[in-house]
Amino acid sequence: MNGESIHDNRTAHLLLQFIENNSFIYIEMEDLILLTINLVIIIPLLAAALVPFLHKKNSKIHIGWFIFLIPLTLFILLLRYIPRIANGETLAYTVEWIPTYHINFTAYLDGLSLIFALLITGIGALVTIYSIYYLSSKENLIHFYTYLLLFMGAMLGVVFSDNMMVLYVFWELTSISSFLLIAFWYHRKQSRDGAQKSLLITVTGGIAMLVGFIMLYYMSGTMSVRGVISAVLSFQENPLFIPAMCLILLGAFTKSAQFPFHIWLPTAMEAPTPVSAYLHSATMVKAGIYLVARFTPVFGGEDTWFWLVTSVGLITLFWGSFTAVRQTDLKALLAYSTVSQLGMIMSMFGISSLALNSGFRAESVLFSQAAFAALFHLVNHSTFKGALFMVVGIVDHELGTRDIRRLGGLATLMPITFTIAIVGAFSMAGLPPFNGFLSKEMFFTAVLNAGNAGLSSAIPVVAWVASIFTFVYSMIFVFKTFLGTYKEEKLEHPAHEAPYGMLFSPIVLGSLVVLIFIFPNGLGENLLSPALAGIFPSLAAGENLGVHIALWHGFNTELMMTIGVVLGGILLYMTIRYWKNIYRLFPEHWSFNTLYGNILEQLEVVSRKITDFYMTGYLRDYMVYIYLFFILAVGGMVVFTQSYELEIAENAPISEFEWVVAIVMIIAALSILFAKSRLSAILLNSVLGYGVAIFFVLFRAPDLALTQTVVETVTTVLFLVAYYFLPEWKKEDTRSRSDKVNLAVSIGVGVIFTIIALAVQNGKLFSSISSYFENSYELAGGKNIVNTILSDFRAFDTMLEVVVLLIAGIGVYTLIKVKARKGDTTLEDE
Amino acid sequence: METLLTILTGILVAVATYLILSRNVQKVVLGTAILSHAAHLLIMTMGKGLKSGSVPILGEGPAYVDPLPQALILTSIVISFAVTALLLVIAYRTFQETGTDNLYEWRDINDE
Amino acid sequence: MRTNNVILRTVTRIVVIIILTLAVYLFLAGHHAPGGGFIGGLVLASAFVLLFIAVDMETVRKAVPIDFKLVAALGAFISVATGFGGVMFGEPFLNQVFGYVELPFFGETELTTVTIFEAGVALAVVGVVVTIILSIAEDV
Repeated sequence: MNGESIHDNRTAHLLLQFIENNSFIYIEMEDLILLTINLVIIIPLLAAALVPFLHKKNSKIHIGWFIFLIPLTLFILLLRYIPRIANGETLAYTVEWIPTYHINFTAYLDGLSLIFALLITGIGALVTIYSIYYLSSKENLIHFYTYLLLFMGAMLGVVFSDNMMVLYVFWELTSISSFLLIAFWYHRKQSRDGAQKSLLITVTGGIAMLVGFIMLYYMSGTMSVRGVISAVLSFQENPLFIPAMCLILLGAFTKSAQFPFHIWLPTAMEAPTPVSAYLHSATMVKAGIYLVARFTPVFGGEDTWFWLVTSVGLITLFWGSFTAVRQTDLKALLAYSTVSQLGMIMSMFGISSLALNSGFRAESVLFSQAAFAALFHLVNHSTFKGALFMVVGIVDHELGTRDIRRLGGLATLMPITFTIAIVGAFSMAGLPPFNGFLSKEMFFTAVLNAGNAGLSSAIPVVAWVASIFTFVYSMIFVFKTFLGTYKEEKLEHPAHEAPYGMLFSPIVLGSLVVLIFIFPNGLGENLLSPALAGIFPSLAAGENLGVHIALWHGFNTELMMTIGVVLGGILLYMTIRYWKNIYRLFPEHWSFNTLYGNILEQLEVVSRKITDFYMTGYLRDYMVYIYLFFILAVGGMVVFTQSYELEIAENAPISEFEWVVAIVMIIAALSILFAKSRLSAILLNSVLGYGVAIFFVLFRAPDLALTQTVVETVTTVLFLVAYYFLPEWKKEDTRSRSDKVNLAVSIGVGVIFTIIALAVQNGKLFSSISSYFENSYELAGGKNIVNTILSDFRAFDTMLEVVVLLIAGIGVYTLIKVKARKGDTTLEDE
Repeated sequence: METLLTILTGILVAVATYLILSRNVQKVVLGTAILSHAAHLLIMTMGKGLKSGSVPILGEGPAYVDPLPQALILTSIVISFAVTALLLVIAYRTFQETGTDNLYEWRDINDE
Repeated sequence: MRTNNVILRTVTRIVVIIILTLAVYLFLAGHHAPGGGFIGGLVLASAFVLLFIAVDMETVRKAVPIDFKLVAALGAFISVATGFGGVMFGEPFLNQVFGYVELPFFGETELTTVTIFEAGVALAVVGVVVTIILSIAEDV
C-alpha cells in the first residue's frame, strides 16, 4: 500500500498547535484533508440532531431542501478524492477513543469504501429530492429526515470504519435507523411488524458478527481491520478461525437479506418508497456485501468461505427471482428482485475468493475478476433498482395503488415514467444497451470460470436459470404495469404524469444506467480497480488487476447464455398462466415467514409462562428469591472454600458497659419481632439507633455519635408521624407455612452474614490505607480527619450524596403534594 | 469486641430480614431501618482495630482509630435517613390510595 | 398538630436559640473538631422540627418565610458548583484549596473552599430534612 498515511495521536497534537498559534495555518493541509473523512461521518449525525431546530423557523420551504444540501456537499467532497484513490493511494486518520482496548475512531478511505460512500451520498441526495415531492409537509418530516440523516451517518461510518468495534456500533445504528424508517407510518400494523422483523433479524446477525469480531480480536490482538488482514497468516490455524468466519458471515447474510434471512426485506417495503429505494435496495442491504468484500482478504483462502458465500448467494439469487415472479405488489416484486440481485453479487464475491485459495493459484487473477464484476454490478444495481423503486413510488403516489392486477395501460398516460421503467427493467434483465447487460455478462464469465475450474457445473446452471426468472419478472414489471388495458375504475386517482421534481431523480439514475453502458471504463478504472486492489492487496502488488470492460466480446458462451435467457424468458412470460400453479407446491404455511412468526409467538408464550411462574407480584416472594440466592450461592461458596475462620485473639477488649449495651440491643432487636403495637416497635427501633450511637461514642467517633443521635431522633419523629396515619397492626398468623419459611430464611441470612463478616475481619487481604488520611492537615488543611475525608479526599462521594438526598426530598415532596384525583387524569398541585 | 459486635450485627440482620419478609408494609420499612443500623455497625468493625487509638482528630494522640469507616458510615447514615423517609412516604401514600397496608392485597389492586 | 403545651412552648423558645447556635458552631468547627456540614445541617433542621412541633405550624411559616425546597436545591447546587471551581483553574473536579490569612481580632485564620462546599452540604441537609417533615406533617 503505497502512499498510505497513518496519523495516530495527531488530534491532541493538532489541538496543541492550535492553542499555541491561534491559527489553523500551522496545521498541515494534509491533516485537514484526512480529518474530513472523519467529518464526513460526523456531519450527517450532527445534522440529524439539528433537524428539529431547523424546522420551526422555515416552515414555508419544504425542510427536505435543507437536508438535500448535506449529502450533496458530502458527495462533492468525496468526489475530490477520486484522483488520489485512482492513483492507488489510501488514506487513514485516527482519533483515539478508548486506546486501552484498541478502540479508535479510525476512518479509512480506499477504493472499496469510496464506492460505497459515493453511493450513499449520491443516491442519498437523489432520494432526498425525490422525498420532497413524495412526502407532503403534513407528514412528520422532522422524524423522517432525522432518521434519514442518522442512517446516512451510520452507513458512512460502516464503510469508513477501520476499527471493528466502531464498525459494529455503526452497523447496529444502521439497523436501528432502518427500524425507525420502516415504522415511519407507525399507525399501521404492517409497518410495525415489518420494522420489528427487520430489527430482530438484522440485530441478531449483528450480535453474531460482534462475537466474530471479538474472536478475531482475540486471535489477532488488534481491532483494526487492516491490522487483522496483515496478521492473518499468524492465526489462520487457530480453531476459532472458522467459527469467527461463520459468525461474521451470519452478520453479513442477515444484513444483506440472504436466504433464509431474506424474509425481512419484503416486509420492510412498508417503509415510504424513498426509504425502500435508499436503504433497502441501494445502500444498507449492501452493507453485508461490503463486509464480505472487506473480509475476503482475511477468510478468502478458506474453502468453507467460498462454499458458504457462493452457495448462499446462488440459492438467494434463484429463490429471490423465482419468488419475485409470483408477486402481485410491485414493491414486493422489487424487494424479491433485490434479494435475488444481492445474492448474485454475493455469489460473485464468493467466486472471487478462489483467487486467494491455494488450490487455484494459477487462475487467481482470473477469479479476482469476479470481484470486479461484483462491484460493477453493485453500482449498476443501485442505479437501476433505485430508478425502479422511484417509478413504483410515482405510480403508487399518483394512482393510489401498486397492485399489478389493478394497473395497466399507463404507457401513454405516463410516458416519462414508462421510459424510466423500461430503462431500469431492461437493465435489470441484462439487456443492452444498459449497464446491467455488461455486469450480467461478467457474472456469466465468473460462473463459467468457476464451472470450468471443476468445482461444480451446477453453479453456471443455477445462475442461468435464475437469470431467466429475472428476465420474466422484469418484463412483468414493465408490461403488466404500463401496457395492456387501462382500468381507471380500479384506481383511486386517474393516471397522469408525475411532477418534474419527482421525476428528476429517476431520470438522473436512468441516464446513469445508459451512461455507464457507454463509458463503463471511466467507472472501472477510477473506482472499481482501486477497490479491487483493496480486496486483493497481495495480488495487486504483483499484477495489474484492472479490467477493461468491453461492450462486445464476440459470439462467446456468455452471449449465448444471454440470448438463451431472453428466449427462455419470453417463452416463460408468454406461458406464465400455464405454469403458475407450480407456486402452489410451496404452501403458505411452509414458508420461512411462518417459521419466523411461530418462533416469535412461541417465544412470547414461553417467556410469559416463565415470567408468570416467578413474578408473583408479592414483595415477599421476590425478597425470598434474593435471600435464598444469597444463602445458597454465597453461603455455599463459604462452605465450599472452607473460608470461615474465627480468631478472637486480636479483638479489642470488651468492657462491662459494652456488654450491657450489646445485650440490651440484642434484647431490643428480638422484642421487635414480638411487639404487639407499632409504638413499641418504633421505640425499640430507636433503642437500637441510640445503642448504635453509644457504640460510636465508645469507638471514638464523635462525628458519628452526634449525627446518629440527631438522625435517630428525626427518624423516630418521622416514624411516629407517618404511622399515626397508618392503620394499627393486625395480628399475623405466625403458624402458617410461609411464616416458617420466612423464619428459616431470616435465620439463614443472619448466620451466613455473621460467618462472612467474621471471615472478612480475620482474613484481611490488604493493609489499611487509613494512615494516608492522617496527613489531613498538610494535604487538606483540616485536623478533623473524618471531616477532611468527607469534604476533601472523598468530596465526590459527599457531593453525590447531597444529590441523592435532594432526589429523596423531591421524591417525598412530589409523592405527597402532587396527586391525581380519582377520575381526574390531570395532575394538580395542591 | 469485634466478634461480639459481628454477632450483634448478625442478629440485627436476621430480625430485619424477618421484618422485610412480612406482609405488612410498616414492618418492611422498619426492617430496612434496622438493616441500616446493622450495616453501620458492621462497617465499624472493618477498620484497623477498634479502640486502637484516640479520636481521629489531629493532636489528640499519637495513634488514631481508623477514620475511613467513620467517613463511610457518616455518609451512610444520612443516606439511609433519606431512604427511610422515602419508603415511609411511599407506604403512607399507597395506604391513602388503596386503603390497606397489606402487601398481599396491593397486588390485586388495579391502577386506573 | 395543635397542642397547647405551655411548658414546651416556653422551653422551645430558649432551646431553639441554643440549638441554632450549636448548629452554627458545629458547622464552623467541623474542619478541626467534631462537626461539619452534615451534623450542622441536621442540628439546624432539628431546631426547625422542634419549632414545628411546639408552635403552631402557621405561625412558624410566617416567622420563617423560607421555601425549604429551594434551600435544598440551592445547597445541592452550591456543593456541585464548588466542584467546578477547581476545574476552572485546571485542577481536578472538586479540588479544594486552603490558605491562611491574618485577620484582626481572630489572628491567623484558615480560609478554605471546603467551607463553601460544606455550606452547600449543610443547606441541602436542612432543606431536605425540613421539606420531608413538613410534607408529611402538613398532609393531614
